[in-house]
Amino acid sequence: MSAPASDHGHAEPTSFTFTPENLELAKRIIAKYPAGKQASACMPLLDVAQRQHGGWLPRVAMDAVADLLGMPRIRVYEVATFYTMYNKNPVGRHHIQVCTTTPCWLRGSDDIVHTCKKKLGIEVGETTADGQFTLGEVECSGACVNAPVVQIGDDYYEDVAPEHMERILDALARGETPKPGSQTGRQSSEPVGGPTTLKAFTTAQADATAQADD
Amino acid sequence: MPKLTIDGIEIEVEPGTSILQACEQLGIEIPRFCYHERLSVPANCRMCLVEMERAPKPVASCAMPCGDGMVVRTNSETVLKARKGVMEFLLINHPLDCPICDQGGECDLQDQAMAYGFDRGRYGENKRAVKDKYMGPVIKTIMTRCIHCTRCIRFINEVAGVPDVGAVYRGEHMEITTFVEKAIGSELSGNLADVCPVGALTHKPYAFTARPWELRKTETVDVLDAVGSNIRVDARGPEVMRVLPRVNDDINEEWLNDKSRYSYDGLKRQRLDRPYIRQNGKLVPASWAEAFTAIAARLKGLSGSRIAAISGDLVDVEAQFALKELLSRLGSTNLDCRQDGARFDTSVRAGYLFNSGIAGIEKADVILLVGTNPRWEGTLVNARIRKRYLAGGVTIASIGEQRDLTYPYSVIGSGPDTLQQLVDGSHPFSETLRAAKNPMIIVGMGAFQRADGLAVQAAARLVGEVYGMFRDDWSGFNVLHTAAARVGGIEAGFLPGEGGRDLHGILDGASKGEIDFVYLLGADEIDMAKLGNAFVVYQGHHGDAGAHRADVILPGAAYTEKNAVYVNTEGRPQLARLAVFPPGEAREDWKIVRALSEVLGTTLPFDTHGQLRQRLMAANPIFGAVGEMTPASWAPFGAQGPVDANPFVTPITNFYMTDPISRASVTMANCTEALVGPAQERTGTHG
Repeated sequence: MSAPASDHGHAEPTSFTFTPENLELAKRIIAKYPAGKQASACMPLLDVAQRQHGGWLPRVAMDAVADLLGMPRIRVYEVATFYTMYNKNPVGRHHIQVCTTTPCWLRGSDDIVHTCKKKLGIEVGETTADGQFTLGEVECSGACVNAPVVQIGDDYYEDVAPEHMERILDALARGETPKPGSQTGRQSSEPVGGPTTLKAFTTAQADATAQADD
Repeated sequence: MPKLTIDGIEIEVEPGTSILQACEQLGIEIPRFCYHERLSVPANCRMCLVEMERAPKPVASCAMPCGDGMVVRTNSETVLKARKGVMEFLLINHPLDCPICDQGGECDLQDQAMAYGFDRGRYGENKRAVKDKYMGPVIKTIMTRCIHCTRCIRFINEVAGVPDVGAVYRGEHMEITTFVEKAIGSELSGNLADVCPVGALTHKPYAFTARPWELRKTETVDVLDAVGSNIRVDARGPEVMRVLPRVNDDINEEWLNDKSRYSYDGLKRQRLDRPYIRQNGKLVPASWAEAFTAIAARLKGLSGSRIAAISGDLVDVEAQFALKELLSRLGSTNLDCRQDGARFDTSVRAGYLFNSGIAGIEKADVILLVGTNPRWEGTLVNARIRKRYLAGGVTIASIGEQRDLTYPYSVIGSGPDTLQQLVDGSHPFSETLRAAKNPMIIVGMGAFQRADGLAVQAAARLVGEVYGMFRDDWSGFNVLHTAAARVGGIEAGFLPGEGGRDLHGILDGASKGEIDFVYLLGADEIDMAKLGNAFVVYQGHHGDAGAHRADVILPGAAYTEKNAVYVNTEGRPQLARLAVFPPGEAREDWKIVRALSEVLGTTLPFDTHGQLRQRLMAANPIFGAVGEMTPASWAPFGAQGPVDANPFVTPITNFYMTDPISRASVTMANCTEALVGPAQERTGTHG
């Protein structure tokens, strides 16, 4: 997990208000929970606030959520700091989160991080001068079967090799959205090189058994 | 009733009792950090692990309710090993800086490490370090020492009701902080350092001043409000080093408000340590004999009706009783212990006491506050109301100002007219009161400090009568006083006698020249300008307003410097005990009055404290029942009459400075600045 956000001396905005659409959305989210339990809407509302505010949560946005839900401000602050997916510091337009937990690391996540650093000229936790890219390391993204995994915005890029990473970064820099998912052409998380169907699987099983019997 | 076996001893406990509590009943000590008997149970420190048969691993005894047939072992190899493991983990990131830690010598972690610690560490990595947080003027933080028991968070949320403290980040990076870097806006914040089991939160004013083993501990009572919190005064040599709460479940449980806890530095400042006499407009030091002679000279030939006395907020019962005796020998009945100008009927005890007792709040189901801000006037009474609110099923309403009292309540009116509407049943809140089983009314001094005080008192009594607050099994009529001396003064009879003047009469008379001699017994809160040309004797311990006006100053003893009786707002007499001696030539107050009486040629008939106490008990037997509430019997009180519609105004404008001691305290000045706002008299030349 990442270290607590230190104060980078960034300028905190002095006010935050939900846009009318987001306020409407927030009210719909709150309505999902029973009366008196509106604090349950804290996390989705923080997400709404983060999306509205360019991918990060200033303190005033947490306050706005707390006030909207009638929670003590410290309670919202606790939630926002507990979860790493709420960014307490400004991030670039594309937030690149490379998973470096054991399975991804075994599959070469170090190379991915290295590629990003070299390509973007920044260290982990930094943002490029043009404000386009922020590089981050995260703990398990939960897609180990397609390791290594890179999350950019809401999309997962899987089976990433350094050359894929370069291509993705180039495309993002051009303003395009590269195709998310497996970069090696896997459909989802089937074994690389097959079998890809149950039928093929049972055939393979039978062959293996036959070989073992020989 | 589950029956279980702990260490081979069978015990039957109430359902819901935890194993830890059952162990305590048996006298078995279970180490703990996060568990606190007055807070919720998070079970996150894991220090209280015990072994239970048929459980796959050790269980946290604080959170495990007793079940029938359980077999628990608290002293087995497994338990010892588990606890040692927990201790080793706790010490991984704990700095071993006990020699420079203020908690040293009274630290739970230090003590328990003696039992479960290892003599060396096995952890070779770097320890973590945490930035210290700002938590206000009274709490010092060294957050690297924190073991994340979360007691502070639970205390401030649950007991104090000011959710300012929380745990941010997680896992190894977890930190306790305030939101965000602000002073904790609670009058109970000092208790954070008490609940902290390590040295992460300590008392800022006490920092690096003393070690617990070198302090002389005196069990006494607090007098800075009328609650009468039980305290322990720790002194070294002639100096009070700190004040801590003592457990008294009837009064303060185990908490103490910040003013009572931290204004002790005011005991060392602005002290009157020798008599003074005003000569040519200037106060010059004098001897006791000279001071007494000056008083005797002025009193010579003066008729009793031209003599008056007013007692202040911090005065003990003995001094007020002695002065009353002296005045009656001088033929004066002009005396009043209500220096705040409150008007209320003192003929019936039930009319001026907190009859239900502070603990009685927990039985009420409707609470009506009248002209009071209990958070400032009796912080621990307010904490008790909050405790009642947390238990659920209570309606709280207030007639007066809208304040943050740390629990939700509705303001149903602003002045005495609302009381009258409640009496005749025309107010919507009447329904709630009528439906209540144990309704309670708490009347503050804001309701009495007005010209129609007696009528307000009568109206409040009628509310009590109409809604069944005076029953054999329930007394719900409560008066919340603001001064520790007040109830004692009333019980000792320090009140206008037959034909005597009350405070208003005395001040009026003095400004008109009808009163020539005013004896101020620790009275500082009156309007000194109204004393006119009267000869003023000030007997007290601080150079405050009274001393500035005085013609003769007699230096007395503060509450930590004398053995004396104080009566709290419940009517409970309690003993204050001498922790340190009064400074310089200052003396215990009753002795001063006794010595003066001899110079005046009318020696009071007691030479020792014991004799004075005997007389006191003879005059009013309640003084004999120390520590107990003598129930007040019910009779009509107050004077029905017209009330004006002006809203009630609470008397305290700054919680941290209400009396000569707290006004002299630097800590209280810091609190005022941080939490109440810059002092009003602050000018450009300050700081």
